[in-house]
Amino acid sequence: MNQWEVVIGIETHAQLSTVSKIFSGAPTAFGAEPNTQACAVDLALPGVLPVLNKKAVECAIRFGLAIGAHVAPKSVFARKNYFYPDLPKGYQISQFELPVVQGGAITVQVGSGDKAYEKTVNLTRAHLEEDAGKSLHEDFHGKSGIDLNRAGTPLLEIVTEPDMRSSDEAVAYAKALHALVQWIGICDGNMQEGSFRCDANVSVRRPGAPFGTRREIKNLNSFRFLKEAIDFEVQWQINEIEEGRKIQQATVLFDPDSGETRTMRTKEDAHDYRYFPDPDLLPLVIADDWIARVRGELPELPAQKRERFAGELGLSAYDAATLTASQEIAGFFESTVEVAGTANAKPCANWVMVDLAARLNKEGRDIGQSPVSPAQLGGLVRRIADNTISNNIAKKVFEALWNGEGASADEIIDKQGLKQITDSGAIEALVDEVIAANAANVAEYRAGKEKAFNALVGQVMKAAKGKANPQQVNELLKKKLAG
Amino acid sequence: MSLTLEQVQRIAHLARIETSESEALTTQGHLNGIFQLIEQMQAVDTAGVEPMAHAQDLSQRLRDDAVTETDRRAAYQAVAPETEAGLYLVPKVIE
Repeated sequence: MNQWEVVIGIETHAQLSTVSKIFSGAPTAFGAEPNTQACAVDLALPGVLPVLNKKAVECAIRFGLAIGAHVAPKSVFARKNYFYPDLPKGYQISQFELPVVQGGAITVQVGSGDKAYEKTVNLTRAHLEEDAGKSLHEDFHGKSGIDLNRAGTPLLEIVTEPDMRSSDEAVAYAKALHALVQWIGICDGNMQEGSFRCDANVSVRRPGAPFGTRREIKNLNSFRFLKEAIDFEVQWQINEIEEGRKIQQATVLFDPDSGETRTMRTKEDAHDYRYFPDPDLLPLVIADDWIARVRGELPELPAQKRERFAGELGLSAYDAATLTASQEIAGFFESTVEVAGTANAKPCANWVMVDLAARLNKEGRDIGQSPVSPAQLGGLVRRIADNTISNNIAKKVFEALWNGEGASADEIIDKQGLKQITDSGAIEALVDEVIAANAANVAEYRAGKEKAFNALVGQVMKAAKGKANPQQVNELLKKKLAG
Repeated sequence: MSLTLEQVQRIAHLARIETSESEALTTQGHLNGIFQLIEQMQAVDTAGVEPMAHAQDLSQRLRDDAVTETDRRAAYQAVAPETEAGLYLVPKVIE
């Protein structure tokens, strides 16, 4: 693979979170009975005119600002002409020469651990358009069934430059974009329902050579399929070229069952969409004060939060990235730190990312459904920090909080008598007992067996019911055994 | 600029309009007449003039995001050639 460079660009269709369609007042709710949400405009009955949904435009502005793009003060809707039964007008209203969002970039973390690196993916554009309906090809007496509920649903098509160089980078970008559109509240991100779909443009070349001929893989609705489809396609293209064949520009579909891509149409029968400005729609003008207002309403963005978590709270880049995977996780973490104190940000991060995440995962819950609140977790971390309890006991307290055995860590520690023994006199007494009762271990340790020491520590902790301060036990035991 | 007969036939195909050879020839004549008109217009010096996307120099009116249309499927499907299970039926589009 070394002698081939992979080049990937991604187009994403994000369904915008509006209650009505982009050019009509019909509802956009998912899962309705067929054709009950398709009005005269969506059906393209004679005499109807499209009227643009303000919220859809506002979503596009939000996105443009979130990625540092130019929000065009004037953009134009165009007709993209093609014939298909789920497109009643015979054209899709889209934007062509003058899209609403121009340029911008998204910086993503690729990989994890030592191999992790940052990658900036530049965006070409994002434009507003309407979705088509749905064709059902099951047998209706040799005919196809058409459901136009989805026709006219607002979409933002987000197009990158051919900047990605591996399927891992493509997936990292797609995931970051998926998180971002939800973060800024413009798309629900539901991939099963088709709210977020990716097309990948893939080509291969020798490093430094001009771009190779690309093939476009359509409609990938999961990150796993995105990766599998690209990996298969890359290998297929390399094989073709190495066997002396040329790549033909084509549109292909990925079959998740076989793990293969297959040609849908080649360039010869590629669509000639004959775009032209839609005479039914006037140019979309976005005034500066509208942009300013939307800017003021934007939440702190994932990248800004990441930077702040790393800078102000001293978290690693990996931790900062994990904790900004969604607004909910970031919010939970920040509320936890608020209670525990910024000096304890790192243990808070660990509790949220490790213990809490594992427990949530085990029960298949979202962080929003955590029975342990950020205030409770923050209170717990504070008690570890001030040596009231050890880490081990803390896990017990966490479990008790999870099961609702008390309103706060303090209450549970109190009720269940879990307070750590830090009184050195009390610990010393326990250490003396254990040394007296475990002569064999003591002898082994003195003979140089480190393992025997751990066994003795274990005995002391057992005698203390886990509540003795581990550092003090270690120190006292060492001192006594040396003496 | 003028269109060849082949281009006229391709455009007709894309628009799903069936044309005979003689109709295509007539249409070619009409279209090329329009192109001559365009050539005349293009001879005008428009340097420094911003192109318009619409004949009216206005901007798009926007509507609030609210549902204003109720379900009228029964009325719409009453005039459809064929429906089943709430779907519009059309000749099969894939093999």
